[in-house]
Amino acid sequence: MQIHKYDTVIVGAGGAGMRAAIEATKRSRTAVLTKLYPTRSHTGAAQGGMAAALANVEDDNWEWHTFDTVKGGDYLVDQDAAEILAKEAIDSVLDLEKMGLPFNRTPEGRIDQRRFGGHSRNHGEAPVRRSCYAADRTGHMILQTLYQNCVKEGVEFFNEFYVLDQLITEVDGVKRSAGVVAYELATGEIHIFQAKAVIYASGGCGKFFKVTSNAHTLTGDGQAAVYRRGLPLEDMEFFQFHPTGIWRMGILLTEGARGEGGILRNKDGERFMEKYAPVMKDLASRDVVSRSIYTEIREGRGCGPEGDHVYLDLTHLPPEQLDAKLPDITEFARTYLGIEPYTDPIPIQPTAHYAMGGIPTNVEGEVLADNTTVVPGLYAAGEVACVSVHGANRLGTNSLLDINVFGRRAGIAAAEYAATADYVELPEDPAALVAEQVERLRNATGGERVTEIRKELQETMDANVMVFRTEQTIKTAVEKIGELKERYRNVAIQDKGKRFNTDLLEAIELGNLLDLAEVMAVSALARKESRGGHYREDYPNRDDVNFMRHTMAYREVGADGSESIRLDYKPVVQTRYQPMERKY
Amino acid sequence: MSTPTLDKHSAALDAAETTAAHTISVTFRIRRFNPEVSEDARWEDFQLEIDPKERVLDALHKIKWELDGSLTFRRSCAHGICGSDAMRINGRNRLACKTLIKDINPEKPITVEAIKGLTVLKDLVVDMEPFFQAYRDVMPFLITTGNEPTRERLQSAEDRERFDDTTKCILCAACTTSCPVFWNDGQYFGPAAIVNAHRFIFDSRDEGGEQRLEILNDKDGVWRCRTTFNCTDACPRGIEVTKAIQEVKRALITRRF
Ligand SMILES: Cc1cc2nc3c(=O)[nH]c(=O)nc-3n(C[C@H](O)[C@H](O)[C@H](O)COP(=O)(O)OP(=O)(O)OC[C@H]3O[C@@H](n4cnc5c(N)ncnc54)[C@H](O)[C@@H]3O)c2cc1C
Ligand code: SF4
Ligand code: FES
Repeated sequence: MQIHKYDTVIVGAGGAGMRAAIEATKRSRTAVLTKLYPTRSHTGAAQGGMAAALANVEDDNWEWHTFDTVKGGDYLVDQDAAEILAKEAIDSVLDLEKMGLPFNRTPEGRIDQRRFGGHSRNHGEAPVRRSCYAADRTGHMILQTLYQNCVKEGVEFFNEFYVLDQLITEVDGVKRSAGVVAYELATGEIHIFQAKAVIYASGGCGKFFKVTSNAHTLTGDGQAAVYRRGLPLEDMEFFQFHPTGIWRMGILLTEGARGEGGILRNKDGERFMEKYAPVMKDLASRDVVSRSIYTEIREGRGCGPEGDHVYLDLTHLPPEQLDAKLPDITEFARTYLGIEPYTDPIPIQPTAHYAMGGIPTNVEGEVLADNTTVVPGLYAAGEVACVSVHGANRLGTNSLLDINVFGRRAGIAAAEYAATADYVELPEDPAALVAEQVERLRNATGGERVTEIRKELQETMDANVMVFRTEQTIKTAVEKIGELKERYRNVAIQDKGKRFNTDLLEAIELGNLLDLAEVMAVSALARKESRGGHYREDYPNRDDVNFMRHTMAYREVGADGSESIRLDYKPVVQTRYQPMERKY
Repeated sequence: MSTPTLDKHSAALDAAETTAAHTISVTFRIRRFNPEVSEDARWEDFQLEIDPKERVLDALHKIKWELDGSLTFRRSCAHGICGSDAMRINGRNRLACKTLIKDINPEKPITVEAIKGLTVLKDLVVDMEPFFQAYRDVMPFLITTGNEPTRERLQSAEDRERFDDTTKCILCAACTTSCPVFWNDGQYFGPAAIVNAHRFIFDSRDEGGEQRLEILNDKDGVWRCRTTFNCTDACPRGIEVTKAIQEVKRALITRRF
């Protein structure tokens, strides 16, 4: 076991982690621990763009952007945070441009902008061009640009280090962050990183679904690490299902495709979104479009032999436009489906995409231990966090924005805190939990296999807590997850070695997914209303009287060692917008 | 307007939409190496029943998850975007997640081995450090002088287009590890580093071109390239790697870029 000491430790090197690192490295001695090489992070998969009211191509302003964000999030958004997001968006895009990001340009040489779902002019009048983009690889360019600037700033990375535990020490009755425990993939060695400030930027947890746009590595390790240490998770029932994933595979086809004029059609060739969202049509917000797609499918208007998907039709767009604006996604259709998007419509279905919930933070990125108390020295930003700027449903292009705005804020806040704070004493035997977990798995002889449990988990999640939910389906999921957690105790792995033991890490990742899936399902069961990404067929309306509040889920351990989830609620911060019915 | 698209149903679309299960038997011949067990590398065959429309990565997962948990490889995104899983498949560098089994003749055993020229650490996992070091050595970041503008720097659409191709790089190392010069001499920067230098040299906003060109003028720099085009063939992003290297060479001679 090795012990390292840094002022600031950042967990994750995606967009949020590296944006934080650029700030923190200038101000404090910083280490970035990442389970993937930085440029492998899933930010690189983002396609469509990053929202900012630059008004480069048409009239726009940050207040309209704030409104769209609040409305898109079905009024579960903390409005003070949304306002910061929309205001700081502008500098955040300009900063990236100055760092070298090759945005597409207007004829005047300015950053070009395009339409995206839910972003509108003057509070819903018509779609607005707000998304700044680099072809359909905006996330790739953000990730590359941030890595390039990390190289420039000399950021110190520990690549292929898996953070598996958060260290907390109670000082005078206050929980404080003392550091993290990491497992080095190459050697199997356990490392303790003692740090004055820790920032979680470890991304999402979409792998508990089967059809998902998320990478194999998005297993919610960060959320699980803090949750297991008694800290809450906020709004975990809110998960976004993106309307256009490649049928069965889940690979994302950006909303930018519809922004460029792409149309969704059912088996009769009908542009069905005209029925569900007369103004915004195909560019209504994602939860609305995903539900519309499933309604078409359920009512027998789906495509293909089993009627289980619909089409994304780009065939009326000029091939030059597809080549210039959507080269990657058209390539995906060719590679994975063997079809030509110039002439064939693309079979699609909704795909599990984005966790709106996560580790609760305030607008400085400080992690909350309950509704109001911060955990000194602990920060989170990006998809792992819940500020909450996305509320019940995130607008497209607002996450690349979120990781930049709040990654930067967390980086500055953590480093400034580290500049004045002292190290918190490490708990006794800090590696204990991880060492025990690793040893147990390496020596396990039980008959359960990771692949089987993971498969059953993903199937139950897809079947029961996806776009449509009811009390019955959610209960089925809760029960199933409980059974899988039981079986997980007997899971065994085949690779007993120390070197690059990915067999072992997949088992650990599965444990994280199981914990988070349970939190999601239990939170969803209690929310007896429909709002944004959480749609209850048995409670189809939004209920502002009882549920305009954030869910806070805590892990409780009984005296006998039994685990349970305790739910509490936190008020939504409202400033200028009163909840209205959401129409697109 | 709602124009029906049903008349556009091509045979390819029908094939893509089929739900009939179709699997074939395929042999995967994988180069195994684990110094914890033995200092010697060996080939190992795995027999799979698999849909040929699946990816090689799916096959590797099937082997790992169902047959041998110790089989080790890197992967993340599974759709050709993160650059984790470059490997030598039937003797050619490709991304396992972007290669469909049907496209590489599943009748014969499909060989899978680690990319060449970087030290193998376990099975298909190689030491990426020298690769990333070469990348870092070319100063892969925008270099500017003078005061920053308050808004964005202006760049014409044509100037932006000039370096578009090389911005697509995902640092997968398929090019560098397909290069015979790199195999013989690991000191050579390799195509990927040059591609990333190109991305900045030809960016109208950048002012570090001279510095970068000096670095590439080094004995281990661009002049080592012998234009074998392996790199271009290997690149999963379709980047014209050899052309980019040629453009950097030309810029070195003319000092115009
Ligand atoms: C296909 C796709 C397309 C998208 N398109 C858009 C778009 O157009 N616009 C938009 O705004 N948003 C988009 N999104 C959403 C957005 O891209 C993501 O939400 C965002 O990039 C997440 O960034 P992040 O930095 O929080 O996490 P990630 O980029 O996922 O990075 C997570 C990091 O954490 C590290 N990590 C994870 N676990 C551990 C651990 N245990 N120990 C150490 N390190 C760890 C990983 O190595 C990685 O570096 C898209 C998402 C997907 C999946
Ligand atoms: S140029 Fe192509 S092959 Fe080479 S590292 Fe980049 S993406 Fe990979
Ligand atoms: S797994 Fe990401 S490129 Fe293949």
